[in-house]
Amino acid sequence: MDLVRYTLRRVFLSAFVVVGVTFLVFVVAQVVPSDPAALYAGPRPTAEQIAKARVTLDLDAPLPQRFVSFATAMGTGDFGVSYKSRRLISQDLRVYLPATLELAIFSTFLALLLGIPAGVIAAARRGSWLDRIGSLGSILSVAMPTFFFAMLLQLVFSQWLGILPLAGRLSQQISISDPLPFLTGFNLIDAVTAARPAVFLDALAHLILPALTLAAYPAGIAMRLTRAAMIEILARRHIVAARALGLSAPRILFGHALPNAVGPALTVIGLSFAYALTGAVLVEIIFAWPGLGRYVSEAILSKDFPVIAAATLVVTLCYVMMNLVIDLTQTLVDPRVALT
Amino acid sequence: MSAFVRRLGFGGTLCLALIVTFALLALFAPWLSPYPDQGMGTPNVIAKLKPPAATFWLGTDHLGRDVLSRVIFGARVSMSAGLLIVAFSLLIGLPVGLLAGYFGGWVDEALMRITDVFLAFPALLLAVLLAAALGPGLLNSIVAVAVTWWPWYARMARAEVLVLRGQPYVEAASVMGVSQARIAIRHILPGAARPLLVQAALDVGPALLTASSLSFLGLGVLPPTADWGKMVDEGRKFFPDRWWVAAAPGVAIFLLALAFSVLGDALRNREGGKRRDTT
Repeated sequence: MDLVRYTLRRVFLSAFVVVGVTFLVFVVAQVVPSDPAALYAGPRPTAEQIAKARVTLDLDAPLPQRFVSFATAMGTGDFGVSYKSRRLISQDLRVYLPATLELAIFSTFLALLLGIPAGVIAAARRGSWLDRIGSLGSILSVAMPTFFFAMLLQLVFSQWLGILPLAGRLSQQISISDPLPFLTGFNLIDAVTAARPAVFLDALAHLILPALTLAAYPAGIAMRLTRAAMIEILARRHIVAARALGLSAPRILFGHALPNAVGPALTVIGLSFAYALTGAVLVEIIFAWPGLGRYVSEAILSKDFPVIAAATLVVTLCYVMMNLVIDLTQTLVDPRVALT
Repeated sequence: MSAFVRRLGFGGTLCLALIVTFALLALFAPWLSPYPDQGMGTPNVIAKLKPPAATFWLGTDHLGRDVLSRVIFGARVSMSAGLLIVAFSLLIGLPVGLLAGYFGGWVDEALMRITDVFLAFPALLLAVLLAAALGPGLLNSIVAVAVTWWPWYARMARAEVLVLRGQPYVEAASVMGVSQARIAIRHILPGAARPLLVQAALDVGPALLTASSLSFLGLGVLPPTADWGKMVDEGRKFFPDRWWVAAAPGVAIFLLALAFSVLGDALRNREGGKRRDTT
């Protein structure tokens, strides 16, 4: 019963947050800028053009009415038209959102893949060089500006070592002469469905550097959390018993200790996902990644508010949904969460 | 002095020294930088993109300006951005948390739901949208970040107040007929503010990183003013062939953020508090 009530309350609160987020985006994008009509009317508009734009944008309607029509439009997936390109924003999002989600999901995956084993090893070999490098790395990753780190990775892996591509989502010979059919927009998935292993590997190679940039910080956190949890678990009796039984060290660490210690590290999923979505604005410019982040950063320069608003709203909704799903999953896995 | 060093630890002391150095450079930039006029933005096109040498220790940028002078002047922007973001956020968050925690009931519910909405955004995105709406400029970008930042402090202040409100000394004051406002301000606020100040010290690093990210995106200071985030963006076009243009300000951001973070950790170990995650 408590579980049902908790779930209902969480869903209700999330719905409230969605309305609040929409309202805030509406205020910032439509009320704060001094003259949206002049921006809409294009460069050096005449007075008539501005007046016409005011009618098109419905700027003279009372605010509550404007908000309702804004929210309805957003709710039905009608994000309006870009001031600059005059293209439908919903069409652009269809292409750019999967690119950013692919990057965010992959980097979250990478963060766990790097952070959890590193935490296990650091806990097993406390005080070793690996443990020290890990804790040093997690201190440094907090202070490293994302955009600068991205440039350093490009320098090392692309310019010096030449093992990974500098930028882009696919090599030009693929994207221009032999493009992937657009199915989901996730290149890795589209390459699999099109049965083209070479394209899959190419897409993967392009993903690694931007994803690594975004994974460094959450990986550090995942490592710290895993390490702390593992140290506590490794002192427990069932581990001592497993040792006494003569089980191998890896089997004890990964088979008996890690499953009990992995919970805290999984909370990093939400954080990492949010960090990737946010960092995408910075990282996508540097890696020329054709996603939402680059879409937004280009819109900033031309004060294309409908684009920034739509992207902010969509990304935030993804984030709210993600948090809701994580919370509810956690409650299912461990019903004690609902009681707190 | 040695007792002080012992309390902060070696790393903490080193970081404090680094912060003091940056602060002094920022304060006395016109006297300490080798080319103050270039630091303030005067172009010097005859010496474009010169590599580091005796005349220009860190080389020159695309307008021939001394990168070292620009970095020194940029310290003013990053320092003040980091400190002001945290200060503005405290100024909003502390009263909101105090009200919510002290009065409880529907006031609490309403204020906390508002913080929920702000916290639902990936923080940088809301700041980007807001900074774009307000227009470029240092103060605008600081306000934009502070708007995404205060809910954390409101939450934290509320939690502190909830604990303090039940303390016997507060009940005693209330029984003695001390007014509500006076209890809130004189008896609860000081206790609630202390952990928040430690938290604020920890947050200066992430705050200046966020400000430099906005600046990198072109949402910070206006052109001739030197700012680290903006300098990295300008240097990006010449990276890595002329690495010094982007590397010097990039390293500066990293060092200052690192110094605040390590010093904050040292303070926290003494005072208690939690590391804020930079999202």
